Amino acid sequence: MSTDGGHLLEIRNLSKTYGSGAKATHAIGDVSFAVDDREFVCVVGPSGCGKTTLLKCVGGLLRPTGGHVVLRGSRVTAPPEEMALVFQEYGRSLMPWASVRNNVLLPLRHKKLSRSERKALVEEALGAVGLTRFIDHYPWQLSGGMQQRVAIARALAYQPSILLMDEPFASVDAQTRGDLEDLVLRVREEYAVTILFVTHDIDESVYLSDRVIVLTHAPTEVKELIDVDIPFPRDQIATKALPEFTHLRGHVYRLIKREQAQPEQQLATATAVTKGDSA
Amino acid sequence: MTRRAYHSAAIAAEIAVPVAILLAWQWWTVQAQDPKFPRLSTILVEFRDLWLFSQFELHVVPSLIRIGAGFGIAVVLGIVLGIPLGLSRWGRIAAMVHIEWWRAMPPPALLPISVILLHSIENRQKIAFIAFFCLFPILLNTIDGVRGIDPATFETAQSYGVRGFERIRRIVLPAALPQIFAGMRTSLSLAVIMMVLTEYFSSTSGVGYVLLISKNTLQLAPMWAAIVLIGLLGYLLNLLLVLVERRVLAWHRGWRAATAQ
Repeated sequence: MSTDGGHLLEIRNLSKTYGSGAKATHAIGDVSFAVDDREFVCVVGPSGCGKTTLLKCVGGLLRPTGGHVVLRGSRVTAPPEEMALVFQEYGRSLMPWASVRNNVLLPLRHKKLSRSERKALVEEALGAVGLTRFIDHYPWQLSGGMQQRVAIARALAYQPSILLMDEPFASVDAQTRGDLEDLVLRVREEYAVTILFVTHDIDESVYLSDRVIVLTHAPTEVKELIDVDIPFPRDQIATKALPEFTHLRGHVYRLIKREQAQPEQQLATATAVTKGDSA
Repeated sequence: MTRRAYHSAAIAAEIAVPVAILLAWQWWTVQAQDPKFPRLSTILVEFRDLWLFSQFELHVVPSLIRIGAGFGIAVVLGIVLGIPLGLSRWGRIAAMVHIEWWRAMPPPALLPISVILLHSIENRQKIAFIAFFCLFPILLNTIDGVRGIDPATFETAQSYGVRGFERIRRIVLPAALPQIFAGMRTSLSLAVIMMVLTEYFSSTSGVGYVLLISKNTLQLAPMWAAIVLIGLLGYLLNLLLVLVERRVLAWHRGWRAATAQ
């Protein structure tokens, strides 16, 4: 494969179709974008636009139907060691039989590390998310927000260069959500990690990222790439009061709103055509 | 009622019922004077003389060894065969017919052939027989337990590159363990049944053998004592397994309570 461009991660003409023939669902039409080292990129789109499918293709969990994902110049065909995924459903991705420590340790066991190195990585990651005190608890003894922090710690301890996050805060309350957003921004600095973050929350996408990628409805394409020129560090109150923030969130909101309206129009047109044919 | 008082009352009730039954038994056997139903006190004296001292090593220990070995082999085989079958659809397609066929076989139907094939009056035939019939509940529960694992769990393992033996040991086995234990409990009671059955059929030692000899010589008190012992063995073995399960699966009880809210 060519290594041109020098981006850390490239998604080239990615498409994904489930099933075949008349029952085929075209989840992703044609998506291309690139992510640079240490960039924070948020992906937003209308609901049901295949954001999770896209992220799973990027993470090597799903094989794309067309196109490919290129990480540091080589094609991704299986989950690479340089990537770590944080799932939306922490309750299902954390192992209930393992303590917090062992959950974070799980992906480190097969890495070539000494015992003390593993231990240090686990403790450091749990320290970074503020859960040192809960290291010997089981995940189900913790609140939802804390469980998601365990999942983030597990991803960080794995020492990825890219963190893939699939709507990680969709199932926590608003207060916790704000705290977790700031936590992610902080650990991003500490671990010097690149983040590709999927969300349906427009405020969240603008607040967190260097760049927002707005997707169309399915079959998904890239609608627009938007640079977020708001300085870091960001603040839940001050940043969200900035005129740039208000402007950007309004812009993204309008883009998505327009996208959501379209499939219904298309459907209506399609029905009209069918009726016209049979008449 | 305080928690403590509640517990004391619960334990008292648990003890009171069997004590009442035993008293009623004693009273009735004294009344009846029927040689077929010796007095409970006679049975208990017989029990003490037979099992607690003189014949414990001669007959109880061999029975326990047979149960332990047969059940142990069934657990290991059930898990070792069940995990790959649970993970592989083609494996199941190839194997399920055979498993269902042997599982449907009534144990007494295989007893004569097992004695002839493994022509031994001692342990080999008995342990094999116990292991064979204990295998199926564990095997089927392991397969089911593995099949029931949340796909998200596998996806997590896959995304973090956890594969091979680590995947089995850290993900598949612990996730399926609650159901494996359910199978083990069924199998353990089967093990006691198979032990009595094989010893009753051909043996020179064991609790089942004592049962047979006392029947043949019409010694009713030792026979009743053997029955009491078999019941007690089954009860205590199950209790032991439940205690192990409580320890090993402590997380499961906590997790279920937490997710039920």
